[in-house]
Amino acid sequence: MVEEVKQATPGRTAERSEPGGDEQAVRPASFGVLAWARWFWRTLTSMRTALILLFLFALGSVPGSIWPQRGVSDAKVSQYFTDNPALAEWLDRLWLFDVFKAPWFAAIYLLLFLSLVGCVLPRAATHLRELRRKPPAPPRNLSRLPQNASFDGDLTVEEAAKRLRGMRFRVTTGPGWVAAEKGYLRETGNLLFHIALLGLLVAVGAGALYGYRGNVLVVEGEGFANTVAAYDRYMPGQQVNAESLEPFSFTVEDFQASYIAQGERRGQPLDFLAKLKVTDVPGGPQRDYTLKVNDPLDVDGTLTYLIDHGYAPTFRITDGKGQVAFDGPVPCLVVQPATFTSECVIKVPDAQPEQLGLLVGFLPTTVPMNGEWVSVFPGAANPTAQVYGAFAGDLGLKNGRPQSVYELDPTSLKKMRPLVMKADPLAVGKKLDLPNGAGSIEFTGVKEWIALQITHDPGRMPALVASVLAVVGLVLSLTVRRRRVWVRVGEQQGKDRGHVEIGGLTRTEGSDFSEEFAGIVADLNPGVNNDAR
Amino acid sequence: MPVEVDVGLATLSDQLTLATVLLYIVAMIGYALDLGFGRVRSTAKARAAGEPALVTAGGETVDAPSAPREGTPEEKAPPAWALRAAPVALGLTWLGWTAHLVAILTRGWAIGRWPWGNMYEFVVAMCFAAVSAFLFMHLRYRNLFLGAFVTVAAALGLGFSVRYLYVQAGPVVPALNSYWVAIHVSAAIIASGLFIMAGVSGILFLVRKDSAVRLPSRQDLERVAHRAIVVGFPIWTFAVIAGALWADKAWGRYWGWDPKEIWAFITWIAYAAYLHARATAGFKGKAAMIVQLIAFACLMFNLVGVNIFLGGLHSYAEVPG
Ligand code: HEM
Repeated sequence: MVEEVKQATPGRTAERSEPGGDEQAVRPASFGVLAWARWFWRTLTSMRTALILLFLFALGSVPGSIWPQRGVSDAKVSQYFTDNPALAEWLDRLWLFDVFKAPWFAAIYLLLFLSLVGCVLPRAATHLRELRRKPPAPPRNLSRLPQNASFDGDLTVEEAAKRLRGMRFRVTTGPGWVAAEKGYLRETGNLLFHIALLGLLVAVGAGALYGYRGNVLVVEGEGFANTVAAYDRYMPGQQVNAESLEPFSFTVEDFQASYIAQGERRGQPLDFLAKLKVTDVPGGPQRDYTLKVNDPLDVDGTLTYLIDHGYAPTFRITDGKGQVAFDGPVPCLVVQPATFTSECVIKVPDAQPEQLGLLVGFLPTTVPMNGEWVSVFPGAANPTAQVYGAFAGDLGLKNGRPQSVYELDPTSLKKMRPLVMKADPLAVGKKLDLPNGAGSIEFTGVKEWIALQITHDPGRMPALVASVLAVVGLVLSLTVRRRRVWVRVGEQQGKDRGHVEIGGLTRTEGSDFSEEFAGIVADLNPGVNNDAR
Repeated sequence: MPVEVDVGLATLSDQLTLATVLLYIVAMIGYALDLGFGRVRSTAKARAAGEPALVTAGGETVDAPSAPREGTPEEKAPPAWALRAAPVALGLTWLGWTAHLVAILTRGWAIGRWPWGNMYEFVVAMCFAAVSAFLFMHLRYRNLFLGAFVTVAAALGLGFSVRYLYVQAGPVVPALNSYWVAIHVSAAIIASGLFIMAGVSGILFLVRKDSAVRLPSRQDLERVAHRAIVVGFPIWTFAVIAGALWADKAWGRYWGWDPKEIWAFITWIAYAAYLHARATAGFKGKAAMIVQLIAFACLMFNLVGVNIFLGGLHSYAEVPG
């Protein structure tokens, strides 16, 4: 009883647990703020807590793989809200669509971070002290050590120390004995690993704060200049200001996709490349760049990636007054990735006397099938455009409500009258006259669009460096073992030679030291056949 | 990038894969006979003494040892054929390993790329890594007792991939057309092979009853599992980092919490937890083994479950170009 009470006083806890040790800190019985803080800190930085936090960290990321995440698959999140509105709302309240930005995830992350700091700092201090300390004097009885050997020979303390130093041991000597130790790199590596993990956490965090990411869709022949306004979607970190964007620009001269033409894998993409003309700084010289998957454009650390592509057929639309109201490419949504069957929406606000909206299907390789027209190949071998519907009236662009460019939103359309309910496919160069003198649509050609992602992440390189250091540290801490060797040289009565005793010890469990020890013994006793076990 | 698939080589690869399955199964029977009728290994010392030397793959005759119809084996002195079961099984495993290796190489040659672009190729390579881990660990540590279990796991894995995952040899989608495939996927495969060894040991550890003397001892199993994980963990760490580097090249971010990335991360944490559990006192034996098996389950889920249930960028068909 008495013993227990004694141990429970806050004053004792500091003595009992070693920094970074795995001992559970003892809960203070009295209510001193300092004592509680100390208890909290000790508990937090204990190995057991670190383990639990590690598990929580892993467990906490599981929901991120089960439910779709905003910023990764936004479309699926909206779909979820449409399909299960009630459930989705609850999930959203628990941040399950934003797991990696959730406060509870941040809490785990921060606690782990603190725990790591609290563990690593004291251990680093201990290790530094230990690095300067000499190997300890030998125990009284070397033959009790797990590894031991003895032989008769003329080994002096100086000679033993010299040879052990030659084997890269750290050596200290005393009267008649030598103490040697090596394998400090194990702990160094271990600390390096844990510190590198800290560095990695910092780099990732800094990248998220000071970096930005944006998406943009560009049609062949068009250009892009890196300004916030030019993005279709722009996601800055909290510390990014719009003026700091790298001021480069480029035009997309050409995009080429190639596909397997024959056999079971017909239609599988083989290669994509986009030919760009890049201007690194405004007014600077232009250079050619071939942008490919796995091969981003790098302008001073701002990277441009090719992430998607599709067709942008070009149309010329003449309105009811005989004027060209639209002439250009229309980026289409890919409906069927295997064949690139696409859907296009053309909005013609300039058409007179009424605005026009058209729904057009695009088929890159058109063949008739069961009375329908379908695409059978993703390449544009026989492209056609099929006008599904044409509408005249008010597109509703002026009512201020945001509209998708890929939809004719029936709720915002006013007074639209359908003109066409499905026409035969148009080949390139062919024209369809809209009824009621509303005008005509001509399919003038085929271009392609590419979707680009542009990122600037200042944490990239630091994260890489930290990762490499972590691996180096890890390998050291898992492969190096800490071992001690002691040699005692003594006189032997009645014999003309000295007696040498050697003992060895490894502080790393599970490793086999006997082979190396036998080698060390042999090296210390060159002339004589060693009788080491 | 024009692509020619050498159909002859691809077919040869398919046939070699089937031959590999058969060889592993026969080897497995050999190991099982050895475990059942061979020398009793109650202690580690007896095991080390009783284990036969390595036989080379080439010189070994490939007839399987026939099981006896009558009579029960004596307790003390095993019958002569039972003593031969283990070396024959080991020879067959090396032979199967060679066929396996050639099957992978021919598939690679047939399509002119690294032969791990889809689930089928990936699982075949992983089984190869597991058998390699066993064979090479055996050269050093004589852990023959795992033979039956590793070969059966490899045969099952191969059989499963041939039956359910098979796709004809062909080129990959552009996103996979990168030297990072060689680096990242190879590392993942090697680490997985080692983790499979550890996982097999862990399962044996748990099913083994203390009285069942014919199974390897718990210490042996624990040692094998720990060694495999100590080697596998840094390789897995490297694989995850290489994956991040590749994602940085291909998708514009090095880490995006894609399901595959999440589960690779969970697996990594779980194995780190195992190492911590071992390093802290009081977490040896069964508890550590259970942590290890949880980690192994995460690894397997990442390989199979994520592709089937969760999708994401890594489900290769969806990789945008
Ligand atoms: C959060 C606080 C953490 C603490 C307090 C902590 C503490 C420790 C300690 C004391 C060791 C030394 C074990 C020994 O000497 O054998 C160690 C080893 C190790 N730690 Fe941590 N660690 C932490 C976080 C992590 C994290 C996040 C990881 C990676 C997921 C990690 C991975 C490792 C590995 C791989 C080893 C080597 C194990 C071995 O030597 O067998 N640690 N850790």
